[in-house]
Amino acid sequence: MIGQVLYAASMVAFAVALLFGYFWGANWLLDRMLATTPAMAGEAITRRDSLRTRIRPWIFLAPTLFFLAVFLIYPIIETFRLSLFDRLGQNFIWFANYSWAWNDATFRQSAFNNLAWLIVVPALSTGFGLLIAVLADRLWWGGLAKTLVFMPMAISFVGAAVIWRFVYAYRGPDMAQIGILNAFVTWLGYPPQVWLQIPLVNSFLLMVILVWIQTGFAMVILSAALRGIPQETIEAARIDGAGEVRIFFTIMIPQIATTILVVWTTITIHVLKVFDIVYAMTNGENQTQVLGNLMYRWTFIAGDSGRGATIAIVILLAVTPIMIWNIRRARAAEGTG
Amino acid sequence: MTSIATDLPVARESRLPNWLPRVGVGRLLAHLALLFLVVVWTLPIAGLLVSSFRDPDQLAVSGWWTALTAGRVQEAARLPRATEQAEEAGRFVIRGNLLGANTDRQIATFGPTNATLRANEPGATVAMPAGGEITVEADGAYLWTSPTAFTHTTGPRIYYVAEIPPQFTLENYFTVLTTNGIGRSFINSLTVALPATIISVVVAAFAAYALAWMRFPGRTLLVVAVVGLIVVPLQLALIPVLRLYNNVAGLFGVDGKGYFGVWLAHTGFGIPLTVYLLRNYMAGLPREIMESARIDGASHFQIFVTLVLPLSIPAVASISIFQFLWIWNDLLVALVFLGAQDDQVVLTGRLINLLGAYGDRWELLTAGAFVSITVPLIVFFSLQRYFVRGLLAGSVK
Repeated sequence: MIGQVLYAASMVAFAVALLFGYFWGANWLLDRMLATTPAMAGEAITRRDSLRTRIRPWIFLAPTLFFLAVFLIYPIIETFRLSLFDRLGQNFIWFANYSWAWNDATFRQSAFNNLAWLIVVPALSTGFGLLIAVLADRLWWGGLAKTLVFMPMAISFVGAAVIWRFVYAYRGPDMAQIGILNAFVTWLGYPPQVWLQIPLVNSFLLMVILVWIQTGFAMVILSAALRGIPQETIEAARIDGAGEVRIFFTIMIPQIATTILVVWTTITIHVLKVFDIVYAMTNGENQTQVLGNLMYRWTFIAGDSGRGATIAIVILLAVTPIMIWNIRRARAAEGTG
Repeated sequence: MTSIATDLPVARESRLPNWLPRVGVGRLLAHLALLFLVVVWTLPIAGLLVSSFRDPDQLAVSGWWTALTAGRVQEAARLPRATEQAEEAGRFVIRGNLLGANTDRQIATFGPTNATLRANEPGATVAMPAGGEITVEADGAYLWTSPTAFTHTTGPRIYYVAEIPPQFTLENYFTVLTTNGIGRSFINSLTVALPATIISVVVAAFAAYALAWMRFPGRTLLVVAVVGLIVVPLQLALIPVLRLYNNVAGLFGVDGKGYFGVWLAHTGFGIPLTVYLLRNYMAGLPREIMESARIDGASHFQIFVTLVLPLSIPAVASISIFQFLWIWNDLLVALVFLGAQDDQVVLTGRLINLLGAYGDRWELLTAGAFVSITVPLIVFFSLQRYFVRGLLAGSVK
């Protein structure tokens, strides 16, 4: 135990020393090797100055470029290549993995489930987030309410899975229920249910976990956007006799539409990658499978890198529209700024 | 998260007399709706926290919301055989205590059959099917008497409902931390998260500065690439990077799975977002500061270290928190790039193992889960301001 603590501490020190050594050392070396002295010819000074200016950005960028290349760009190409090969990555089989996926019942089920997640989770998270933001901004204890709703954001998916498995826990009908959902259901007079084994219901209950986590995110962003609405527009509508509800839908919502879209797409990305929750709660049993978990199963349990890679590419294709939209927004922001 | 701006319109409304009743009802509804939502959002964590401190026996038989009231369990005890009887004043007597040495429990009701276990209060006298009659006191002491000698060879059962006073304990935490390896994994998680956070934030900060303030060909293209790569799913990188690790590790004759690889992987997967967020912040710093420093002859390296970095501390703090929490909470990367041995399994992985091995031992699961979320919760509550700021920087531009 002590050994591990010392190891971690020494590794932190090592990482810092390495980074400091690289950035400081490389810059020092650059200044040193291309140093200019007053004795030099004016032309030589200018040349060395411009050379330094041209090289320095790449010293700053080199580690980042290394990480981008090794951990993101190379894997995209390599995963696509592997998706065209068989299970051990030895024989080229064209698009056989893709046609397998298209015809495979579990893959279809997973894709269908992902689609359901894609609709339910962003919609509920954004909806609840907006509702809580609007309510909390009007009440004196809104700050506390927001903190409590926001808290799940900090919790891991696995931690959340334990928390919610306990909520959904089942005990036989003649026993006292320890899961709060079944306790509520039996209190209403219905028999307790093994929630995680009922198809469709179980998927929805898994989605609830992600909604529980992501609502805080939506709430914080939307709350900030609501504050940014010019007060005059609301005042004007009020003077014209519009009610609170009408003001909300016709004045406030249109003004934060872009933010809603940003929140929606951000949550969508989380949804497409969802793995931990399903892995921890049901491991895809009882028709709860999603692409993220299916990919893991094919790659690391079944040992079929071709099919695993194919599923990963499908997930990439699904996020591509959002990627393009993000790039467009970034370019627009570059243009104005 | 204070609300100042939005309090204004309400104050205006209340000056209009014809609006008053409507606003009053609306406000009450708003209070109730928000209260309801907050309760729903908080209950699951409350359940976890309360349960982790409860006595395992009580946790298994009663809901956590009853933790402060006495728990009730249905049990049965076997009475002694006829050989235990004594003769007292012409009657045959068997004595004992149903609850044994468990002195803090109390008998709530009892009966000679399972169907009648709620029929009799303590102190009552009941006829036994095996003969004679029995009196059970609240503390579990019983007296079974009969005018004729007992002859039974196996003792009959007495069914009862026992009340257990609320018991809270730290034992669950002690158990998971020591025997279930959660303590060990806590250290492992720190070993993964701290170096990985530091590496990624430092590396990203330099790149962010270059992308924000240095002029070089391909800058715009690089920014666009970074933005595009933010959303690339982690799943895509798993197989190629793992193969790469195994090949490189093979050259040196070491194991491809280990801390070093995880740090690099976390840095790599997180770098587009960290660079993007930091660049946005740095690009917003006043241009005049940079220009005057340039005129004074400072190099970009000096400007970055002495000016930009100190000015970017709020953004660096937010992003470090995010990166740290993301790595601390990660399961997939650790699952793929770390070994399964005791000195490498992180908290999330250990919790998954606990779920698999002890799916119904809620005292272990809740305590383990709570240990794993303590660090995020401490970070969250102490640095909430930075946390929110980081979120806003990432989404609204």
